[in-house]
Order: sequence, then C-alpha cells, then structure tokens
Amino acid sequence: MAEIIKVAMPKGRIYKKASALFREAGLNIPLDVDETRKLVIPLPEVGMEFILAKPVDVPTYVEYGVADIGIVGKDVLMEEKRDVYELLDLGIARCRMSVIALPDWQPGIQQRVATKYPAIASQYFREQGQQVEVIKLNGSIELAPLIGLADRIVDMVETGQTLRENGLVEMERIFDITSRLVANRVSYRMKNAEIQRICDALQNVIGVV
Amino acid sequence: MSKPKGFEKPAGVRDYLPYAVERLRAIERSVLDCMKGWGYRQIMTPTMEYYDTVGVASSTSDQKLFKLLNNRGTTMVLRSDMTSPIARVVSSLLKEEPLPIRLSYHANVYRAIEEEAGRESEFFQTGVELVGDDSPEADAEVVALAVASLRAAGVSTFKIALGHVGFLNGLLEEAVPGAEEARELLKQGLLRRDYVGYRETVSRLDVSAEQKEELQGILRLRGGREVCSEAKQLSSSKLAQDSIDHLCRVWDALEDYGVAEHVLIDLTMIGDFSYYTGLIFEGYAAELGFPVCSGGRYDNLLQQFGRPVPATGFALKTNRILDGVDGIQTERELPVLVQYTAEGRKAALQEASRLRSSGGIVVTRHVHTQDDLVALTEAAGKYADVISFTG
Repeated sequence: MAEIIKVAMPKGRIYKKASALFREAGLNIPLDVDETRKLVIPLPEVGMEFILAKPVDVPTYVEYGVADIGIVGKDVLMEEKRDVYELLDLGIARCRMSVIALPDWQPGIQQRVATKYPAIASQYFREQGQQVEVIKLNGSIELAPLIGLADRIVDMVETGQTLRENGLVEMERIFDITSRLVANRVSYRMKNAEIQRICDALQNVIGVV
Repeated sequence: MSKPKGFEKPAGVRDYLPYAVERLRAIERSVLDCMKGWGYRQIMTPTMEYYDTVGVASSTSDQKLFKLLNNRGTTMVLRSDMTSPIARVVSSLLKEEPLPIRLSYHANVYRAIEEEAGRESEFFQTGVELVGDDSPEADAEVVALAVASLRAAGVSTFKIALGHVGFLNGLLEEAVPGAEEARELLKQGLLRRDYVGYRETVSRLDVSAEQKEELQGILRLRGGREVCSEAKQLSSSKLAQDSIDHLCRVWDALEDYGVAEHVLIDLTMIGDFSYYTGLIFEGYAAELGFPVCSGGRYDNLLQQFGRPVPATGFALKTNRILDGVDGIQTERELPVLVQYTAEGRKAALQEASRLRSSGGIVVTRHVHTQDDLVALTEAAGKYADVISFTG
C-alpha cells in the first residue's frame, strides 16, 4: 500500500487553480473540497491529504517535513528562502514582482521602499547598487507612495489594475512569478515513487520536459 | 535587543536535562561501540582552533563560522565540524602513523546559522574518518558503517542516497565546454535543489536540443543500480564514465555487505564542489524532515595540512536522532534511599558504599529524629527502596 502524501495547499487565490490542475492531471480531488473550511482534508482515494495553509507558510511546513510536498508562489519561495526541492513550475497564478512608483518619481536623498517582501526588496536594490531603507508593510502597499510613507514600493503585479486606479506605474520588473511544486528533502527520497507519480501527472498536464 | 531575561540563553543553543542526556549518551555509546567494532578508534580535539588553519580548511562557509579573538588578537574559530581538526591531527601528530588510519569521534560543533528549521548553533556529531584509502572498497566501508551506525542509533527506517561529484563535473564540462559561468549556474540550481531554475538555465543554453535533453535528463537519475547504466549513456566524458564505474563498484560492494536495500543512487545530489571530490552521500530517516547523516570523499583537504592523502568519512547528526527517533529508550533507574539519624550514620554510609560498589545508585539523607524518616509508602516513584539506620 502506497504511503499517503501530505500536500500543503495555499489558501486563497492559488488554491482553486491548483486543485483544478490536480483534477486535470487525473488526481480526483472532490469538488466540495474547494468549499470546505476544514484545515486538514484526507483524500484517501488519491493517496493524498491536503493541509490548507496560509501561502507564506507553505515552504515552512514543507521544510520541516510536516507536509511532504506543497504548492506555493515563487514570490514566497524567494522571500522565505526555505531549504526545499523546487520540482516543477506549474505555470498557474502568473504574475510578476515589480518596483512601482508615482510617474514623476525622482531619486531622492533618503530613498524609502515599502513592501510585503523585505528580503526580496533588500536583495534587489543591493544588486542594483542602491542603498535604500526598506519598510515592511502587511497590506495595501500601494498606499505608501500616495501618502508619502515611501517613494517606491516592491509588490506583486497581476493585471496592473490596482496600480492604474491609484495613478502608480510599474518601473522595473524584478522577476516573473508562477506557482511551484515543492518537496521536502527527506520525503523526496523516502516517498520518491509517490511524489514522482504526482509530479509526472502534473508535468503531463502543463507540458514541460 | 533588550537585556536578556534570567532564563534566556543565546539562540541556537540548548540545555539537555538528565532524561535527554541519558538517551543522548545511550545513542552515543551504542554508535561509538559500533564504530569500534569496525576498527575505528575515538579521537578528541580542541573546541577552539585557529581561523587560518582549521577555519579556512573547513567546508563551512566563512559567515557561518563562529569567530573570536584571543588575547593576542589572533582570530580563532569554534570548530564547525570534526573533519578539518582530524585532518590537522593526521597531518601532524599522526604523521608517521601508517595508512589507512581509522578514527571516530563524538563532539559538539558550532555554526552560526539561522535558528529556524531544526538548525542549531551548537550540536552533536558522531562520525568517522577513513584516511589514506581512495578505493571503492573504502567508500563502501564508510557507507556500510553509516548504515550500521544508524541502526545502532535506533533508526529503523532509513535510506542513504549516493551521488558522485565527478559525474556532474565531467558531464557539465563536456556538455557546456568553456562556459564556466553557465556551469556554475547549473550547479547552483542543483545545489539549491531548484529544479525549475536548473531547467530554465538549460533552456537558455547555447547548445543543441539533444544536449539540452541530456542535461534535463540528469534530473531523473535516481533509483537503484540501473541508474548507472542510464547515466553512462548521458555522457562520454572520461571523468563522468570513471565516476560511474566507481559508483557501480561501491554499489556492488554494498550488496555484498548486505545493505543495498537501504541505498539509492541520486546523481542530482551534489555537495559543496570546492570540498568534496568523489562519492558523497546523505541519510534520511522516515521520522524526520531533515537528513540524519552526511558524508563523502574529500581528497584535497589533507594536502592543505601538508599530508596529501585521500580521505572519506561521515557524521551522524546525533541531536536530530535524539529529537526525532525513539528507537533507543532509556528507563530511569531509581536510586535507593539510605536514611539515617546521627547514631546510625556510620552503618548507613558503609551500607551505601557497599551498594554503590556493586553498581547500585544510592542517595543518602540525614534526619534529625526518627519522625522525619521517609516511609516506604512515600517512596513510590522516587526511590527503588528505602533503608533506615537509626543506631
């Protein structure tokens, strides 16, 4: 009997796309799972168990091995820098990490950057040879340049709608984001056959080599 | 940071209470005994070393070393592993000792690492070094001993993954000749376990579609001995071919050791290239999210200490085994209480001494009057027995 694979699934934006992908890949996830408020969902028919987690926590669960695999955005992987296998680019929830400012932005003496992603922002500006003060915010990042807290922000951009509505412009693209399939270092070895089976099924649907 | 409260200690270090120490010692003893059975003799080296010798030679990156200054302003390090101190000893104190040299150790080592994810600043390693033998037999001996040590430590379900740095070096050298930077990117991708990044780098390379497919194919080189023949078809580089031949010979020896069921080959597993030179391996226990042992061949280390000889070894991450595996259980042995009034002291202390010399655990207690004596009924769970001397 094959072992149960524990899958850390991100709640919210990515969840539905990810579970749809699983279904396309022939892994029969019942539809009502999408609506449930349970946090741990056994799926014995497909040999899996879903753990519904806050997206930024997915790599943590996987690194500690309480989940064998997980689905998480590249933005979170870059920010959290957890030691996990990044097995597959699922190509879903596509967006990008960008530097955003008001259209008339000019470099000032004391540059401040507001972001939900302080590690990504610090690393990016260091690589650009700019020393900036990074201010960590937890939401509504677009507010920061509008009210003068920071002159630029680093944030995820999907359609750019929010930016346009607030009169902001995307100045530089830092990297592209999609959701990734990640695996725990030990699970990837101890439950390799099961994880590889899920990985291959997903790979067939998204069509990577 | 605010001033630490009285109970606090620095991040990444821990206290071991008696029940944990008992288990730790039991694991340590069992593993060291196992290593002794294979002819490995235990060595101890100082906790502190010079940065310029052991610090520089160690595989630990500079920012992860604990550095301090001594009273002359010389930079010291707290040892980050036992491999480079042992290399120093083998090249100096044991310079005349004939090869091969087999040494074992159990030691605390220090690394300045983020405190999260089971990573500690001070932790225990139990391991061996086999110096002066570069044959597949030597590699197999060390892997088989790792299997035996994990068993001795009470780990029941585990796997050991074998890789070889020579294979990837040879294959990449052949597939992407000259492009040092691209090769580095590919290795970084594998080292960081970022397969997505690795594939992206491959797809951007200026090589034929066929070669791209070969490079992507590496990611599937995982399994039993059959992986070796698949791998051989991927590269005609001599280094890669020789590495695979070596790996096959190790595998065959491991079959004769009777441990092949615990072993798998994973050619995507790469260690630190600047340090490891041949076969590398990592052990995983079913109960734990993190590897429990790692090792490999490091033929270039000893020449840094002036004795250019090959060497291989491994270390168990003893803390992790202690935390996550309960294969070895220790029962607390309750002491016997010998209590006495002033008049009974001499007889009591003689009796205690007699019991101790025959291996008993005895605590003594002086009481002022007979009313203060502990009754046998109160002793349950605290003492194995109560003996009273009242003169």
